[in-house]
Amino acid sequence: MKSNPLPAGTPLPVQGKKHRRFLAARLRYFSVTAFAGCLLAGFTASAQQTWPVNGVAGPRESCYAFTHATIVKDAQNTLKDATLVIRDGKITAVGAGAAIPKDAVVIDCKGKFIYPSFVDIYSDYGMPAIAPRTFSGRGGGAAPQMLSNTKGPYGWNQSIKSEVNAVQVFSAEESKAKTLREQGFGIVLSHQHDGIARGTGVLVSLASERENMTILREKASAHYSFDKGTSTQDYPSSLMGAIALLRQQYLDAQWYKGNPAKEGVNLSLQSWNDNQGLLQVFDAADKWNALRADKIGDEFGVQYVIKAGGNEYQRIPEMAATKATFILPLNYPQAMDVEDPNDARFVALADMKHWELAPTEAGAFEKANIPFCLTTADLKDAKTFLANLRKAIEYGLSEQKALEALTKTPATLLKAYDRIGSLEAGKLANFLITSGPVFQDNTVFFQNWVQGNQYVLKSEGWQDLRGTYNITLTYPSGSATYPVTIKGTPSSLSLVNKDTIPGKIEVDGQLVKIVINNKKDNSQQVRLSGVIGQQPGVVNTWSGSGTDDKGQAVSWEAKFVSALPSKEDTVKKKSAPQLGKVYFPFSGYGYETLPAQQDVLIRNATVWTNEKEGKLENTDVLVRNGKIAQVGKNLSAGSARVIDGTGKHLTAGILDEHSHIAISRGVNEGTQSVTSEVRIADVVNPDDVNIYRQLSGGVTSSHLLHGSANTIGGQSQLIKLRWGANAEDLKFKNWDGFIKFALGENVKQSNWGDRQRVRFPQTRMGVEQVLADAFTRAKDYQKAGPNKRRDLELDALVEILNNKRFITCHSYVQSEINMLLKTGDKYGFKVNTFTHILEGYKVADKMKAHGAGASTFADWWAYKMEVIDAIPQNATIMQRVGLTVAINSDDAEMARRLNQEAAKSVKYGGMGEEDALKMVTLNPAILLHVADRIGSIKAGKDADLVLWSDHPLSIYAKAEKTMVDGIVYFDREKDLELRKRISEERNRLIGKMLGEKKKGAPVGRPVPSREEIYHCEDLQAGHQHHILDDAYQQ
Amino acid sequence: MKKTFIYILGLSLSCTVLRAQETVYPAKPQQGLVFLKNATIHVGNGQVIQNGTIGFNNGKITAVGANVAIPADDVKVFDVNGQHIYPGLIAPESNLGLTEVEAVRATNDYEEVGEINPSVRSIVSYNTDSKVIATLRTNGILLAQVTPQGGLLSGSSSVVQLDAWNWEDAAYKTDNGIHFFMPRLMPRANPFGSSGTGPATDAVKAAMEKVASVKSFLREAQAYNAGEKHDETNLKYEAVKGLFNRSQKLYIHANLVKELIVAADFAKEFDIDVVIVGGTDAWMITDVLKQYGIPVILEQPHNLPVMQDDDVDQPYKTPAQLQKAGILFCISNEGFWQQRNLPFNAGTAAAYGMTKEEALSAVTLNAAKILGIGDKTGSLEVGKDANIVVSTGDILDMKSSVITRAYIQGREISLEDKHKQLYERYKYKYDLK
Repeated sequence: MKSNPLPAGTPLPVQGKKHRRFLAARLRYFSVTAFAGCLLAGFTASAQQTWPVNGVAGPRESCYAFTHATIVKDAQNTLKDATLVIRDGKITAVGAGAAIPKDAVVIDCKGKFIYPSFVDIYSDYGMPAIAPRTFSGRGGGAAPQMLSNTKGPYGWNQSIKSEVNAVQVFSAEESKAKTLREQGFGIVLSHQHDGIARGTGVLVSLASERENMTILREKASAHYSFDKGTSTQDYPSSLMGAIALLRQQYLDAQWYKGNPAKEGVNLSLQSWNDNQGLLQVFDAADKWNALRADKIGDEFGVQYVIKAGGNEYQRIPEMAATKATFILPLNYPQAMDVEDPNDARFVALADMKHWELAPTEAGAFEKANIPFCLTTADLKDAKTFLANLRKAIEYGLSEQKALEALTKTPATLLKAYDRIGSLEAGKLANFLITSGPVFQDNTVFFQNWVQGNQYVLKSEGWQDLRGTYNITLTYPSGSATYPVTIKGTPSSLSLVNKDTIPGKIEVDGQLVKIVINNKKDNSQQVRLSGVIGQQPGVVNTWSGSGTDDKGQAVSWEAKFVSALPSKEDTVKKKSAPQLGKVYFPFSGYGYETLPAQQDVLIRNATVWTNEKEGKLENTDVLVRNGKIAQVGKNLSAGSARVIDGTGKHLTAGILDEHSHIAISRGVNEGTQSVTSEVRIADVVNPDDVNIYRQLSGGVTSSHLLHGSANTIGGQSQLIKLRWGANAEDLKFKNWDGFIKFALGENVKQSNWGDRQRVRFPQTRMGVEQVLADAFTRAKDYQKAGPNKRRDLELDALVEILNNKRFITCHSYVQSEINMLLKTGDKYGFKVNTFTHILEGYKVADKMKAHGAGASTFADWWAYKMEVIDAIPQNATIMQRVGLTVAINSDDAEMARRLNQEAAKSVKYGGMGEEDALKMVTLNPAILLHVADRIGSIKAGKDADLVLWSDHPLSIYAKAEKTMVDGIVYFDREKDLELRKRISEERNRLIGKMLGEKKKGAPVGRPVPSREEIYHCEDLQAGHQHHILDDAYQQ
Repeated sequence: MKKTFIYILGLSLSCTVLRAQETVYPAKPQQGLVFLKNATIHVGNGQVIQNGTIGFNNGKITAVGANVAIPADDVKVFDVNGQHIYPGLIAPESNLGLTEVEAVRATNDYEEVGEINPSVRSIVSYNTDSKVIATLRTNGILLAQVTPQGGLLSGSSSVVQLDAWNWEDAAYKTDNGIHFFMPRLMPRANPFGSSGTGPATDAVKAAMEKVASVKSFLREAQAYNAGEKHDETNLKYEAVKGLFNRSQKLYIHANLVKELIVAADFAKEFDIDVVIVGGTDAWMITDVLKQYGIPVILEQPHNLPVMQDDDVDQPYKTPAQLQKAGILFCISNEGFWQQRNLPFNAGTAAAYGMTKEEALSAVTLNAAKILGIGDKTGSLEVGKDANIVVSTGDILDMKSSVITRAYIQGREISLEDKHKQLYERYKYKYDLK
């Protein structure tokens, strides 16, 4: 950049190579010796340096004065016709009357604006390239990797890289620096974007100097994410695993401070501790992950700065509640090419809406008073930053806030506002010279000065050359004068002669080319070449040589006559874009406003109470404040809304004991045989449309389970299907915690391919030993003294031993069921529920003696070896032996028909109808210890109710209304309205996207929108294949 | 022989003597006239006969109606008072008998290697001794089309009846169709994120190249089969000969609109009988299907909607939409053991817009027509095979359907199955009645 021609009017010389070396020398001296992590500057001059000079040293102080500029010191303070003075890379004075030192080079900035240059707090500038992730582990074909393969005295997990210091791997990259400078940046906080703990970030300037000189602070921040990055180790494979790992790291690091002998030297933990004093930055990259990160922070007394992903505008109140400062990327999704209607079908409305609304994010944060910075991170091309920022402004962000988010806010976060982030004496000479207000559409960025180094971004237009001129050609025999007018924009000029015949003018730095046309047909052209005069005080005296219209050689001179009549530069005020509404949740079926609780009287229905009253005909049920208030005949409605239940059936809401809906990024942390530290509670996903679909099948609560890939899986979460609520509000309050165990083929990896023969256990014999080992360790742990390392895995097992956490165990065959019962007896724990339990009928007596319940499939079998003896009479036998029996789904589709699955026991086993219905309502509530609140229709219980069109066990029954806590979340009539809205909104957005394409905007491939659909047998047969999965096959 | 009346009471099973499955025998050919009387007869073509009687002899239906005269002698008469009589249900798409335990590779015989395997025949590996088969009969399923999978042209299917000693006995219609598994014509996700334009690999284009390879195979096969003599025999070409004289159908497994349009194009170009298998999105282009007269073996309604924006009950109501559009279709169920839920899928279709009798046709007569056996079975009409099911209640509703009797080609088949036997075994253990 520096070799570019100077803008016309800029005095020569700018500081050169030698000066930079001089400055560099002094910075080097101090940065190495004096400050640990402090900004440079604030030192007296010393010319000493370690770097040898090849040639003659030419030290300079490089004092410059920028005069007559509009100086925007910060987002609040603007000075008109002011002067900025810099020396030695720092600002020495700013003000309207600032004295201009005698040794200053004066640059007239009349008409120009000067801004502090921007700070990007989330960069990977100068970091080594990260090898693209390779998929390893189960299913990918590779054998499992149980431990880190990072060499050296580091921690056990390869994704914890707290020992990495960005400063040590930093190397300046001129091409990237140039791009960032062009976008207005002067300083970046850079770190390696790899791993769950990513080590420290380095604060550097974008000057193209030796690295020694550009580093402002060696360790400025510590970074975290939920993404294990290049780690090839299996653990963690899931989001909940990543969260558990982070939690455990905080505990381990604390424990490590006591120098535990058996741990030895662990530099990962050491660095983790060392980094805690720094700014803690978390790459959440998604709205729900932002909340998850913040929650971890809350647990360990850390307030993260949260790097967003672009969809946080969908949950602004939740974002505000984190009290975090956010870092917002501006990578808005591209419009998709939706011309082909058969391809457009696979793009979800949610994705289309996100395309439309993503640019509102920064404005939404401003409106909600949530502090934020802006970053170039996530942009495919950093060159699009300014354009996207202007889009954010068009979509509601104020210019003032934008400037603050790029200067003061990040500088303050970094505790560096005393050095960067505004234009004040003593701060670094990092500033932008622009043609106008910095974010205006047609504003040109002329120069970006970084640490006192000039970078010319655009020289054309620096000086406004527009006006009328007399061009005088001088022949040996005389002269001729051509009056011309130069107009256009300062950076794109045009020329006409007095007859308004267009000619041509091209300015390249100081050089100029002019063509004057005497005739419209270009037959008589005067062609001139020359320089634009630079003498101080004598502007616009141009001269050179050329040929006249007859081909004679001439010399020429142009004299400025007058300026053009001033015309306000009209900036087209863009009208605010017309936008659709945010839905809660952000799904086609989401609400514009969440439904409110309402008192309701369901009149004259057949009420299946699940209580001793049994089935009551022509009965009313009154719901008040979300609870069942009364069950009886001819109840008074009062102010309650009346729903006619004539000819209809009312039952308690269905509770699915075994569900995997509404879970983000992985249902199995199956990379180790014991993962009791992971929690579904951490990864509940409120956006899953299956919540709504299941409401349409009468489901009101779901027990979200970890998968069955390992013997001791993760902790589960009971939710109520409060469609639209956030994760915390979905959770069933005050329930006993549960945990998933699993036995058999999945646990021993029987069906995972020949490479998966590494992880213990590979047999049912080994499964017993995994349990014996885990509970032995848990008991020893329980006995250990107060200074023990807190182990989240063992904590959960201790909870089981203390009857504070309860087991739901995936199991099939009688031998393993019996084994777990005996293991429980031996180690002193109870098995609360056997789930799936297809051979439960063979050992129902033993289960009963132990006190275990059962939750089973109605009729599944033959999908693998261990279900070869599964029978559809299983539930009936277990029930008749005296067990509490539930029917579960483990399947997002079947969960919508659980009432029918219950009915199969009437068919195959002759079970009574009321007993059958209880298997999907009251019995799972008993198994989950919540039967005091849900599962039957009784005054005082939660109003989780379903109004059916027909006998609830019949294939012909449809849930017409499904309510949770007295709120109707599914209503078949409302559903029809939603379908209409979806269709209209899709139409509108498809039209808008087509408009983008027509305008010539780049459009992307219409990518099928995928849902995360899980089963506990992740890798197993037995479940339906979903068509959209085909779009994601490698 | 004396005229015999047998009363079937309540929900009790007709067969109470329990035997190990190895001694559950395929039934011997029917001998002598049999009448079932006092039943609600669901003919399968939409007609319902109250208090009806059905008679059959030598495997064929001889009489159906409200006023059937029962001869005085040499007949067996069963009073099935209050029960319902249905045509045997037909599973139109299954790997029944080609696998026993899905996750156990040694038991899987439904998928060959290679892309073009039209000469592969499912019938020869159909295992009549599969323990699964009896569990389907228990739910009224008496016939199934067993289909090879995999590649592009996976081979030929056959229709089997579910009470046989070996596959030759089981064969009901052999090699009735060739199966083409259409590659997915859907844009792929970009591995570099949703906003990227990504690599130039266009999944749809690659898929269309595969489709073109099938077309060119069929063109060559058509030409080959039109010729008289060949020095070298091409088994693959010969295997599809029936397509061109319409003794076989081309079953194209396709789900999405683009796939269905391409499938219709096969019917157009080759002038052959094309049947869609799958047809998830068939409801979106019923006009095209109707124009080319292409029937559909619809995938099971018990399915999630394709897209999150789709109507939550879309798969449930697709059958009614096809019915309304006048498309000939039947309802299928995935897999093998899962087939026992076939009637309930029809029940759901009835809950979402079809009449119950239309839904019944979708698992009986329409299936028979589509599989090319409509002249022999699928409805309870005189002259057709006596493939008959008796149920205590509505066969489409699990709440009320217990099958009490079933006949295949007039032979009364055992309704014993492994599950009932294990049930009895453990009732015995726990002293349950």
